[in-house]
Amino acid sequence: MEFKITKNANLFTIILMALGIVCTIVGVVLEMGHDHGHHLPQRLSGNLLINSFFFFGIAIASLFFLALKYATETAWYVAIKRVIEGVAGFLPFGVGLLLITFAYITLNDGAHIYLWMDEEIVKHDEIIQGKAFYLSKTFFWIRTLVYVTIYLLYYWGFRKRSLLEDQVGGTELHYKNYKKGATFLVFFAVFSSTSAWDWIMSIDVHWFSTLFGWYVFSGMWCTAMIVMVILTLYLKRLGHLERVNENHIHDIGKWVFAISFLWSYLWFSQFMLIWFANIPEETTYFVTRIAHFKVLYFGMFLINFVFPMVLLMSRDAKRHSGLLIFVGLIVFFGHWMDTYIMVMGGSMGENASIGFMEIGLLLLILGLFVRVILTSLTKAPLDVKNHPYLEESIHHEV
Amino acid sequence: MAERIIYATYEDDDVLKSSAKKLVSKGVRIAEVFSPFPIHGIDPIIGVKNTRLGIMAFLYGLTGLLLATVGMKYIMIDDWPMNVGGKPNGTYLENMLAFIPVTFEFTVMCAAHGMAITYLWKNKTLPGLPASNPHPRTTDDRFVMELRLSENNKFTTEELEDMLQTSGASELDFKYVK
Repeated sequence: MEFKITKNANLFTIILMALGIVCTIVGVVLEMGHDHGHHLPQRLSGNLLINSFFFFGIAIASLFFLALKYATETAWYVAIKRVIEGVAGFLPFGVGLLLITFAYITLNDGAHIYLWMDEEIVKHDEIIQGKAFYLSKTFFWIRTLVYVTIYLLYYWGFRKRSLLEDQVGGTELHYKNYKKGATFLVFFAVFSSTSAWDWIMSIDVHWFSTLFGWYVFSGMWCTAMIVMVILTLYLKRLGHLERVNENHIHDIGKWVFAISFLWSYLWFSQFMLIWFANIPEETTYFVTRIAHFKVLYFGMFLINFVFPMVLLMSRDAKRHSGLLIFVGLIVFFGHWMDTYIMVMGGSMGENASIGFMEIGLLLLILGLFVRVILTSLTKAPLDVKNHPYLEESIHHEV
Repeated sequence: MAERIIYATYEDDDVLKSSAKKLVSKGVRIAEVFSPFPIHGIDPIIGVKNTRLGIMAFLYGLTGLLLATVGMKYIMIDDWPMNVGGKPNGTYLENMLAFIPVTFEFTVMCAAHGMAITYLWKNKTLPGLPASNPHPRTTDDRFVMELRLSENNKFTTEELEDMLQTSGASELDFKYVK
């Protein structure tokens, strides 16, 4: 059965996007009036960065997940393969949004998001001058374009071979995917860290943490697993994905559970080591966040850690669609809050607040995200054919 | 009461599985299956209930968490307050971050050891216990099904033997337990 976007879903995404546009415009107008519009470019580009990076992250993390499954020659995921590809289908749009954001920030000389793009500031700042080779507009753009080009090439390659496999079958494509998946993981291992440094960590330009890349990456991965489980349950409810049974749902639930722990572990490792060493140049990151976002910052951590841990611990909970969706939605917004504090904590600081612009842009890009994913699901049959491990996936049991 | 046990040996796990399905559908109760490796999907056929080891793991973990907290509170705060790198040591809460890694490790250790010991104990395979499998080859390449006559009153011994042999058992052994 071919998947078609239902009337409700169609209306829902249009309302989300319309509401998002209205809220964003109200937010921009309000910000223009506030303090002579002094903070407008910063707040707007900050919000663009939060949302484009957050949703781009979900897409790239599901592409990573697909590559991981190819490289490890896993069997169980075959029944939900098209769901993973569907979420990864947002990648071109995510890349587009990111590039628009970076172009806007670059044209505004950093817009007080990337301070190292502002020549006036760099002139008086020795620490940034010391990083001038790496953090320069040209090199930043070269790196960014290299990352997104390689990501997109792999995405299109995986997609093309996946659709081709439906028609020709055999193991030749399977082994090709295996090799390509492994090489993607090599690229992604490096790029996931360096891109997080370039795009997010350079906001706090004086600060550095080697662990930061993994922390950002585990957050994206966790959100991607949540989107996958919610999307799978949604499609099941509509009567699609007949091959997916509760064992597959259980497995995705396990991923949500496990990656929540990975994220919490990395968050805590970064926090505890810096707290323990107590070196001023390292603690600035947490000092600013605790000063201006204390409740949100620790609240976000507790929600993203405790909710999945307590509610998804038992076997039955991971097979309960209502509970998975409930926890998933809460942790989804918890991770959005994480990205919000990452970006705003280093840029807006004490002036940051969640207003029309924040909610508006979130709704707008969330609406676009859902719509693009559902559209990409309609482009191919939801049940794959001819995958060598298809039979094993159908009989999957845990 | 004397108990009579039949051990039916199979050379293939798939044959054993399909044979178990057939026997159970006729109303035969299978007491136990011995196999060198886990046979996928045999549990629901012979009526093994879902394991409760997970619940025990949670309880062991909770014990570890509690022991670690109480222990460190006493050792590091109450009995002899230690100043490590100038970190606050007035109350447990002030220095909690430093204690979390140890708490985590101790929780994991208690859960893992508790689970392993419980598992071995429930399977009667703790080190030093006598082997309970009927045939040494069930640890190598044979699969054995155990039937107890007291649980299968509906059938005579001959009927059971006949069913087992037609279902593909390569060998039948009998054992009397006083």
